[in-house]
Amino acid sequence: MSAATDLAIEVNGLTKRFGDKVVVDNFSMQVPRGKIYGFLGPNGSGKTTTIRMICGLLTPDAGRGTVLGYDIARDSERIKREVGYMTQRFSLYEDLSIEENLDFVARMYGVKERKRRVDEALEGLGLQARRKQLSGTLSGGWKQRLALAACLIHDPRLLLLDEPTAGVDPSARRDFWDHIHDLAHQGITVLVSTHYMDEAERCHAIAYIAYGKLLAHGTLREVIDAAHLSTWEIEGDNVIAIAASLRQMPGVEMVAPFGNTLHVSGTDAGKLAASVKSVRREGVAVRQVDPTLEDVFIHMMREMGASAHPDARRAA
Amino acid sequence: MFSPTRCFAVLLKEFVQMRRDRLTFAMMLGVPLMQLVLFGYAINMDPKGLPAAVVTADPSVFSRSLVRALQNTGYFTVVAAPATVDEADRMLARGEVQFVLQVPEDFSRRLQRGDSAVVLVEADATDPAATSNAIAALNQVALTGLDHDLTGPLAGLRAGPAPFEVRIHRRYNPEGVTQYNIVPGLMGVVLTMTMVMMTSIAMTRERERGTMENLLATPVRPLEVMLGKIVPYIVVGYVQVIVILLAAKFLFDVPMLGSLTLLSAVLILYIAALLAIGFTFSTLARNQMQAMQMTMFFFLPSILLSGFMFPFRGMPAWAQDLGQVLPLTHFLRVVRGILLKGAGFADIAASVWPLALILVAVSALALKRYQRTLD
Repeated sequence: MSAATDLAIEVNGLTKRFGDKVVVDNFSMQVPRGKIYGFLGPNGSGKTTTIRMICGLLTPDAGRGTVLGYDIARDSERIKREVGYMTQRFSLYEDLSIEENLDFVARMYGVKERKRRVDEALEGLGLQARRKQLSGTLSGGWKQRLALAACLIHDPRLLLLDEPTAGVDPSARRDFWDHIHDLAHQGITVLVSTHYMDEAERCHAIAYIAYGKLLAHGTLREVIDAAHLSTWEIEGDNVIAIAASLRQMPGVEMVAPFGNTLHVSGTDAGKLAASVKSVRREGVAVRQVDPTLEDVFIHMMREMGASAHPDARRAA
Repeated sequence: MFSPTRCFAVLLKEFVQMRRDRLTFAMMLGVPLMQLVLFGYAINMDPKGLPAAVVTADPSVFSRSLVRALQNTGYFTVVAAPATVDEADRMLARGEVQFVLQVPEDFSRRLQRGDSAVVLVEADATDPAATSNAIAALNQVALTGLDHDLTGPLAGLRAGPAPFEVRIHRRYNPEGVTQYNIVPGLMGVVLTMTMVMMTSIAMTRERERGTMENLLATPVRPLEVMLGKIVPYIVVGYVQVIVILLAAKFLFDVPMLGSLTLLSAVLILYIAALLAIGFTFSTLARNQMQAMQMTMFFFLPSILLSGFMFPFRGMPAWAQDLGQVLPLTHFLRVVRGILLKGAGFADIAASVWPLALILVAVSALALKRYQRTLD
């Protein structure tokens, strides 16, 4: 099997502008088949726009790519047939019942043995008894499950999930992710965008995007290691009081309070260690820890804010 | 306690929102302006220069004077002089002329003899309001129209009663019942309002509720969406038509002379054209509110300029041109022609093809406007 066919998504140099605002800038990504690929980045970073270009809802201004071997510019109809796209906002009909919504979607994709598939989907959801209930009356968690069931009804080979767990409670989120892993196990590729760092840890690989640019990608470990960040934890009473002075010290690039502790990070390990040790005193303990993904991302955001952002402003 | 500050905050917010919604703002200025122009300039309850055909079997100085007198009233414009009465009647049936003046061959002989001369005027009375003033003017023509020619021995005829009689046939609606004209027209008006409104919110509703994104993510094609959204309302339209026809028959005794099959065939064209217009609105409007406003903006001239409320021929040329673009104008001619005049396809063909043209043009525009992506 050639390298190309091992990839579910391969895009190069994707660019999208709205007016004179560049929302996605020269974006490239490879997603291997059968993997769960996490798509992370702050609000407005271009995640949704990228996903929409991948499934043919937006036309890229530049760049090219293939999804499941189909060209995103020419074969958007074929792509739509084999991709399940779950939108950020609930986009099924609130004034249709659960069953009617599933039936509608199944007809849209020309699903064979439609009745059986809809029944199976209802069973899978555990909603057989409530099949006549209007979708609009479902809670957030149930809407999310229904939306997922709807975008799986035509057996897609690729799932694009745009912040599927936003506003969903932790236990429903856990069930959701178990389900996603089952699907990946069956060979379905999943691209999922999220804000939650714990969800990033459940992905096989992640990509981090900010201001429309890809900043990092790889496994969780690779992304953290590639940042060359060292992080210290400072624990003690009233550590917040020393945060301000810490920020001024050499080697300290980031200070983030976590309850009674401070996370202090920087790329120059030597200077940072010296600065952190200088604040150690009675009742204030310091120790070096592994940087978390969040530390890494906030660090990358700062870097971008310092370098890329003025560029963007000048261009506009 | 009433807080002026809070009240002012609400007031300020309303102004800001009003300014942001440009279309609503434009409508608030546009609708009164349109009403002013249409009511002020376009509408005329006393239509003049109505087209008339003259069939004269007696080409004499008297018949020529009669025609001149007719035109001098300002109410008539002689547009044709067909050779036979049959031909003139066909023109009347098609609505090409509103009046036919027949001068019998013994007109001048009887006139000269002082022997009860008669001319016959056939009036298309489907719209009683449009013809009543013109008919009133005919009496004056009878009284004084020939005064110049009544010289010498005939001078005595000038005084006293009219030298000849104008016999008026009110065709198609002899009793001048207003309902006969209004009720069939109402069918067109009801369809214009409901059909355009229903489809104009069709796409905007999808967009507003966020379901558009899901729809676009499926392999569905624009024509599939458009037909799927239009056909249910064609059914609704026919139900409305049946209700109105039943009411016309049993409540208002409106005559139904022509073929109802022909009427339903033309109705498909008319309803589809209206739905396509609504669908186009829905691709232009950003939300349901705007779609409703566009519907109103379309409905108003349809009522005023189509000939439903006010005589079409009473309007100035620019308003008539504008009226020709509206499906209701053509449909009114069709429905009144079929029901009141018993018109066949040949008689209404001139009003059918414009409907077909509107349907094709608007559908093409709707499909062009339909976005397959969210760009």
